[in-house]
Amino acid sequence: MKRKHKRLTFVVIALGLLGVAAGLVLSAFEENIVFFYSPTDIAENNVAEGRRIRLGGLVEEGSVKKAGGAVVNFRVTDLTTVIAVTYKGLLPDLFSEGQGVVAEGALQGGVFRADEVLAKHDETYMPPEVAEALKKSGKWKGPGESQGENRGKDNNK
Amino acid sequence: MFHRFANPARFLRLAAAVQPWAAGATVVLLATGLVLGLVASPADYQQGETVRIMYVHVPSAWMAIFCYSALAGACAVALIWKHPLAGLAARATAPIGAAFTFLALVTGSLWGKPMWGTWWVWDARLTSVLVLFFLYLGYMALDNAFDDPGRGAKASSILALVGFVNVPIIKFSVDWWNTLHQPSSVVKMGGPAIHPSMLTPLLLMGLAFTTYYVWVLLIRIRREIIATKIRALQMRQAAGQGAAAPAAAPAPGEAR
Repeated sequence: MKRKHKRLTFVVIALGLLGVAAGLVLSAFEENIVFFYSPTDIAENNVAEGRRIRLGGLVEEGSVKKAGGAVVNFRVTDLTTVIAVTYKGLLPDLFSEGQGVVAEGALQGGVFRADEVLAKHDETYMPPEVAEALKKSGKWKGPGESQGENRGKDNNK
Repeated sequence: MFHRFANPARFLRLAAAVQPWAAGATVVLLATGLVLGLVASPADYQQGETVRIMYVHVPSAWMAIFCYSALAGACAVALIWKHPLAGLAARATAPIGAAFTFLALVTGSLWGKPMWGTWWVWDARLTSVLVLFFLYLGYMALDNAFDDPGRGAKASSILALVGFVNVPIIKFSVDWWNTLHQPSSVVKMGGPAIHPSMLTPLLLMGLAFTTYYVWVLLIRIRREIIATKIRALQMRQAAGQGAAAPAAAPAPGEAR
């Protein structure tokens, strides 16, 4: 075997082993790498009250209620399980019913008390006119009917 | 096949021919892409005008990964086949890739504040791209940490190859784990989830960034070749002076 072939074999084998090692480490730490847990994850694993976690899912349609004094109550769903959330503070611009959110906080008496709410944006990009046309034709698969439309109009200004 | 381009003299001729074309293509593509992206393309139905950050952010992120793959590839060729030109290409690529990564991180942060409600989160995508940025910095630091450029190149090439595991992690982080960062819009099952009026300027910007990379890469490789020649001349001169001191008067300034 020529020296460069030896080096090639060595590099290929070393990279292969490194890849396997990285894969094993990442799968072992999966719990710590995920950014949020779904309502079902939280319900199934009996997460202890008071333990800080992030809850991610969709804001359930028709569940957002302003309770006065910047307190907002809403429910987060993954279409299987629903968890009620209460939050005091400013909501991000993209927050709306049917939209993805990630809330950070802890469970307290069955209610998730969030101290930070982030909006999750999906990978769909389109102009407002197209979004409206899709809704009219009934092919809409995106978030909240009314919210989406209002947002579209705001953007046209 | 490699060997034909491994000759620096032939490479310099080729680079001199390609460079003006790469420069011209960059100017034309960047101008068209920016006008389409910042003026002619529509606002997004959800993000409004903020969507325009995407036309810089996404191509920067693509180039950050592309440059690292090129860096790792060049390092592998330099380590295994000992092509001097591959080592120079790796050295020349690293700062460009680091700049693209920095741009992707900063523009992403500027987009994240109004859209997500935060400048930064430690999710898998954002963290792995930050690691990529540190890999570039580590490569450059290690490359310059030795007095003997050959040893520096060898150590940094090994680092670049080890760091390559991060590239698939970045790409698939949004699919393997749940993240705050959205999954890919352009490369996905069932076609891009991005309207053609926005996809066109995005792809033009991607092309512009690629030709920009080629352009700057050629300038930097030429500079590296010249620097190597100067080093060789200086060493020969120093050796000559040691042997027959003042007789062989060096041409002033030639070796600077």
